[in-house]
Parts: sequence; structure tokens; C-alpha cells
Amino acid sequence: MLQELKQVKVGIIPCNGEDLCEGTLTRFACRKVLDTLRPHETVTICLPLFIAGDAGERNFAKTFPTITVDGCAKRCSQVTTEKLSGKPRYAVVVSELLKESGIEIPPSKRTLTEKDQTAIDRVAEDIAVKVDEILGKG
Amino acid sequence: MKKKVVVIPCSGIGKAFGEMGRQAVYEVIDDLRPGDVTTTCLARLMVDDPETKALIMRNFVFTVDGCAKDCARKNVEFAGKKIDGALRVIEILKENRALKPQGILELGEDGLKLVHILAQKLNNEIDGLMRKEP
Repeated sequence: MLQELKQVKVGIIPCNGEDLCEGTLTRFACRKVLDTLRPHETVTICLPLFIAGDAGERNFAKTFPTITVDGCAKRCSQVTTEKLSGKPRYAVVVSELLKESGIEIPPSKRTLTEKDQTAIDRVAEDIAVKVDEILGKG
Repeated sequence: MKKKVVVIPCSGIGKAFGEMGRQAVYEVIDDLRPGDVTTTCLARLMVDDPETKALIMRNFVFTVDGCAKDCARKNVEFAGKKIDGALRVIEILKENRALKPQGILELGEDGLKLVHILAQKLNNEIDGLMRKEP
């Protein structure tokens, strides 16, 4: 029963990425999955809460199968989640995904424009497919 | 060399507070104090990134947290740095109850007004901090 409950939702953990355009893109793509693409199948947690939070919050990746989403190859979300909470089921790196897809990285970390929507959609779709795979809907 | 101020928002993803703090930090860096203020990714401190640790150790650090959990402040302190100042976005909301952000990332007109108020407050706090620097 508990195992069934655990499988109902997938945890999405984006990096902070304040200093990178890819970090801003990460936030928008994750919110698109959470709000529009898979609103009933996903939950999230603020990454820095693993250090600031209590045991319940640190158990996030043990409670939910997770997908970490990082802006760059430093993989801060993946590394921190593994260290403090549990191994993620999938680890997405936005800079690599965009490169593979031939999509330009947005130029501004402050605001994204209509032109950047293609990049947001590509990352969000990739996360949504991984959510479906975890939940056996793929 | 004159110290800079590294302003680090929590960038919370669950509520609008995190995006408001993040946008206020960008406004201070780009519009209000270009040159003497910078930011870095908070999560890099969580993976012990040496460049990021060096940056916060040799400069002033100001944190902007969305809520009372104070994740940005705690993460900086966990990395071994005593902060020089801190703000909470939720306090700005309490002082301006008529203004309500629209969404979590799309803040809308009211949310952007709150961002400007927060950025001004942050700018004033940084003014005070920089006056201490000889």
C-alpha cells in the first residue's frame, strides 16, 4: 500500500542556477511540468531545503522517485540530492540536452522571451517523458 | 581590493517568494548597482565548489530568503561564512498587503511592484554595508 502511494507522484528537483541562463530555463521548464504537463503526477522541493530543512524534507528522494534537473555540468541538484536525500531516478542536464537538440541557450538569466519558449518546451517535454517512464505510462 | 557584495537569493521554486527574491537580486545587480554587486548559484555551495566558496569568503554576503525557513542564509552559514545581512521576501509582502503576485514565476504587475520595493530595500541595506568598507 505504502509502495503504491510512493509511486503516485514523481519529485522534480531543479537546481538554483542564479548565475546561469540555463538555471533560469531550468526553473521555467520544471514549472511547466508541475503546472501544465503533469500537474497530478509531480511534486517539487526547493533544493537548498535539504540543508536547511528537517528529516522529513531530507527524506524527499526516499519518499518519491525523483528527477533532478541541472542547468550545467556541475550537476549541483543531482550531487546534493544523492548526498543528502537519495539517488534520483533520472538526472537531466539542460546545457547538454539543448546541445544535443541543436537549440540555442537563452541569452538572459533575468528574463526569458517568446523566442526561448522552444528551449523551455524541449526540456519540459524531456522531463515529462521521464515522469511517464517512472510511473509506467511511457 | 575593494570588497564586492555577493547577494544570494534562495530561488525557492514552490511559491512566488523565491522568484521575487531572485528578480530583486537581478534588478540590484543590473540596474541599481552594476559593478559592486554580484551573485552566484546557491547550490554550488552545497557541492563545495571551490571558486564559489572563495568568492563568498573574500566578499560581503547578503542573503535574500523567500520564507522563514531561511534556506539561503543557512546554506551560506553551512559553508562556513557568516553573513553580513539578510532580507526575507515575506516581510515585504506583509508590509504591502494590497499587492499580490500573480503566479510562481510569472509575477504579474503587482508582483513586479513588490520586486522593485524589495530591490530598493536591498539597495539601501547594501549602501549601509558599503559605508563600513574603508
